[in-house]
Amino acid sequence: MTAPAVIAWFADIGLHDRARVGGKGGSLGELQRAAIEVPPGFVVTTAAFEQFMRALEERAPLRSRVEALRGVDLGAATKVCAELRAQVEAAPLPPDVLEQISRAHAQLCGANATLPLAVRSSATTEDATDASFAGLQDTFLWITDLANVLECIRSCWASLYSVESVTYRCSRQIPEAGVAMAVVVQRMVDARAAGVMFTRSPLTGDRSVVTIEGAWGLGSAVVGGEVTPDRWVLGKITGDISVRDISDKHVRHVPNAGAGTKTEPVPEDQRRQPCLSDDQLQQLRSIGRKVEGHYGRPQDIEWAIDRITGAMLLLQSRPETVWSAREAAPVAKVAQDPRMHVMSIFGGKP
Amino acid sequence: MKTSNASKGFPLPSSLKVVPGTENAQAAYPYTMQFGKGDDTRFWFYNSMHFPEPMSAFDMVTAEAAYCALGAANTRVHCLPTTLGIDYRVINGRVYIGGNAVTDPAEIARRTEEFQKRAFYYYANWERLYAQWREKMMALIHDAQALPTIALPEFEPLEHVHAGRGIASNHGLLDTYQRTLEGYFRMWHHHFEFLLLGYGAYLTFFGFCKKAFPEITDQTIARMVAGMEAEIFRPDDELRRLARRAVELGVEDKFQAQVSADDILKSLQSQGEAGRAWLAELEVSRHPWFNINVGDGFYHYHRAWNDDLSMPFACLPEYIRRLKAGETLERPVKRLQAERQELIEGYRDLLSTEEDRTAYDQMITLAHRVFPYVEGHKFYCEHWYTNLFFNKIREFGALLKANGFFSAAEDVFHLTHYELELAIVDLMTAWSSGSAPRGPEHWPKIVKERRAAIAEWAKNVTPPALGPVPDVIDDPAIVMLWGITRENLDAWLSADSTQSSNEVRGFAASSGVVEGPARVVKSVEEISRLKAGDILVCQITNPTWAPIFQTIVGAVSDIGGSMSHAAIVAREYGMPAVVGTGNATSRIKDGQRIRVDGGRGIVTILS
Repeated sequence: MTAPAVIAWFADIGLHDRARVGGKGGSLGELQRAAIEVPPGFVVTTAAFEQFMRALEERAPLRSRVEALRGVDLGAATKVCAELRAQVEAAPLPPDVLEQISRAHAQLCGANATLPLAVRSSATTEDATDASFAGLQDTFLWITDLANVLECIRSCWASLYSVESVTYRCSRQIPEAGVAMAVVVQRMVDARAAGVMFTRSPLTGDRSVVTIEGAWGLGSAVVGGEVTPDRWVLGKITGDISVRDISDKHVRHVPNAGAGTKTEPVPEDQRRQPCLSDDQLQQLRSIGRKVEGHYGRPQDIEWAIDRITGAMLLLQSRPETVWSAREAAPVAKVAQDPRMHVMSIFGGKP
Repeated sequence: MKTSNASKGFPLPSSLKVVPGTENAQAAYPYTMQFGKGDDTRFWFYNSMHFPEPMSAFDMVTAEAAYCALGAANTRVHCLPTTLGIDYRVINGRVYIGGNAVTDPAEIARRTEEFQKRAFYYYANWERLYAQWREKMMALIHDAQALPTIALPEFEPLEHVHAGRGIASNHGLLDTYQRTLEGYFRMWHHHFEFLLLGYGAYLTFFGFCKKAFPEITDQTIARMVAGMEAEIFRPDDELRRLARRAVELGVEDKFQAQVSADDILKSLQSQGEAGRAWLAELEVSRHPWFNINVGDGFYHYHRAWNDDLSMPFACLPEYIRRLKAGETLERPVKRLQAERQELIEGYRDLLSTEEDRTAYDQMITLAHRVFPYVEGHKFYCEHWYTNLFFNKIREFGALLKANGFFSAAEDVFHLTHYELELAIVDLMTAWSSGSAPRGPEHWPKIVKERRAAIAEWAKNVTPPALGPVPDVIDDPAIVMLWGITRENLDAWLSADSTQSSNEVRGFAASSGVVEGPARVVKSVEEISRLKAGDILVCQITNPTWAPIFQTIVGAVSDIGGSMSHAAIVAREYGMPAVVGTGNATSRIKDGQRIRVDGGRGIVTILS
């Protein structure tokens, strides 16, 4: 039997691979399989993490120290976590892991060795059953060389030992042996505009509408709440646009000159312009329907429009959790005599 | 804000003053229609949907006949459990109406039992009863068409005498008048025979959709239910057919935008066989499909295409141009049907349980069953029959004018129908006695006064509602026919403070956003002013207006709901429309640049 793969390309994975590629990685693979455009990339699987941790723990135990933190006060935990994170960030990669990541990186970049990439943590628990865990791990944007990519991967792994993550696991008594982290490495979208889409109404739970929010630049400004996004509500079946709230989008996230991203003011004449055209809204609606149809349930989606090509790409799709968790009340009872339904109009208030 | 609004309330009927100088005109309306004792304790609202302009004395017959029939259907025929009929009052030419709710649970239960024996029978036998309805309606129309022409000969025709008729022609006037009136009252009974049941079945489905899909738009529900072959589409279809025939017959060059309908008819008559062939086609289309009037049939001056060919003829040049440009003018019925089916199935698939899907199927099946009536009755009642009726009254007007009662035949509409009978008896008496009638001394002054009053009343802003605000409005008739809800009333009460000066709100009728110059069109004579790219702003539209939808890019109306004609046609043309704004024609100035957001029901005045 061969050793579990350290690298998995999006084209080869799906949701069922979540245990080794994490929720984010599995979802990106699943989307690509459903013929929905995502920025190309690969996942550094949990096998890489395991190899790395094994090598690390040969020198010093780590996971047992986390479990020992259950019930310990926050001050002490913070100190231990800082120490563990530093260990993870400093440790060298096992040669085999290093080689495979380097090779995948070269393949992804092709001729352009400094192609900007996003490095995103993809935890095996994240996005799966408990959405509140989402967002506790790190994402690094606009990374332009291999050395940085490797550093970011270790930072993603290290984020598992942030005091927030550790306290979360400790409070739920999650065993450390099952905790692993995959890392997504994918082409960065230089977004002209980006945002989120829910394939139901976040206000009423109505499944017949999609709600789209977006702003100029990278989606991090919307997700991070730094800008009030434009907001639209579209009929999922009809495409009718029933709400158009165009906001004053004063800032945007853009790539920094060297690497990373920065916040900058939006030029005056663009601030109150809608960041999506009606055609693009319809394109998103149709993507949303396709994704929802693929998963069979309402989705919470992140999207971006490529500044150069104008392509609409998805960065993330996960099941909507708030309304789905509620028991849907029946709308009406089947009537033995269908005419009895009219009594809801003629019969007065019961 | 509910509590503050409730205490704010609307003006009491007793506080509403007759416009100074119009007291006599107000007194012309029968005592049954005047506000009086006890009316201050009830809630009334202005029926601007059906009667958006001050009513002349004669036109009040429509309110009288319609409410008489509506109430009978609700109160006595189908026994709606929670509502009786509608009471109405007139002040300053405006019709206020008030519902008559049943609130006692025991009485509701008693009426429910009756309702299910009656209304449920209609639902179960809808197609048969509706087929029978059409026969009754056509018979009524034929009766009206068969009424004798109004005339008084100097001497009784010899053949009448030799035949021993024993009844002189002056009696014929009274007989014809009473039969004219009787037919109109009867027509309104037919009108309401199915109407509330039809709307009720539609609203049942509507309510289900709103509950299952809280953010669904009214127009989407309307699109799921609307038919494709309804009578209201026929007049426009006929125009397209006539345009096609003109091209086929090679007479299309006669149809020029600047040439009047009369001149076109003359030139076709002199065009030889082809011209006459087209005129024969015109006759086929006119009867019955040009029996649609340019309003909703409630005012005598809403004339039919048949009485004024300028509207249909104004649209022919554009249809001909499009045909010659290679377009097919056929309505894409198959595509529209497929789209409707996709909508129905799309929404059905979103329901989460089999139980809900079955209930949905039951309700939409019933809605589809009743809808041909809801869509079709207007052509027969408000258009065809109403035209015959007002035109018959016009004949009396012409006779009275010829006998010196009026300076114009149209003056007849300033008499109530009771007064008109009196004037007719006056003439009958004069004809028999050989003396001069008394009317010429009596009526001209009164007509002048009433005409001036209508002009005054048109300038007078009347409150949208009167009296104490009810806590809830669950009278199904009022909700169904007028769309009045407690939320509407709250909006009316706070209208002064919240109304943005450049925004006009109405029902979202057909989605999409468009900007363009507003063309405020108040009568048919003005339609030639509409140019490509204009946005039509009008009081109300109906089938007559359909052809002009080919020119404009958006539509805004004062009156109408999501099932109104403007809404239906705008959706067919895929054109943004906002209807039922209440006051777009007075707030938007001709030529102003406006933005119509048909998905949200908002019109913004841009300049």
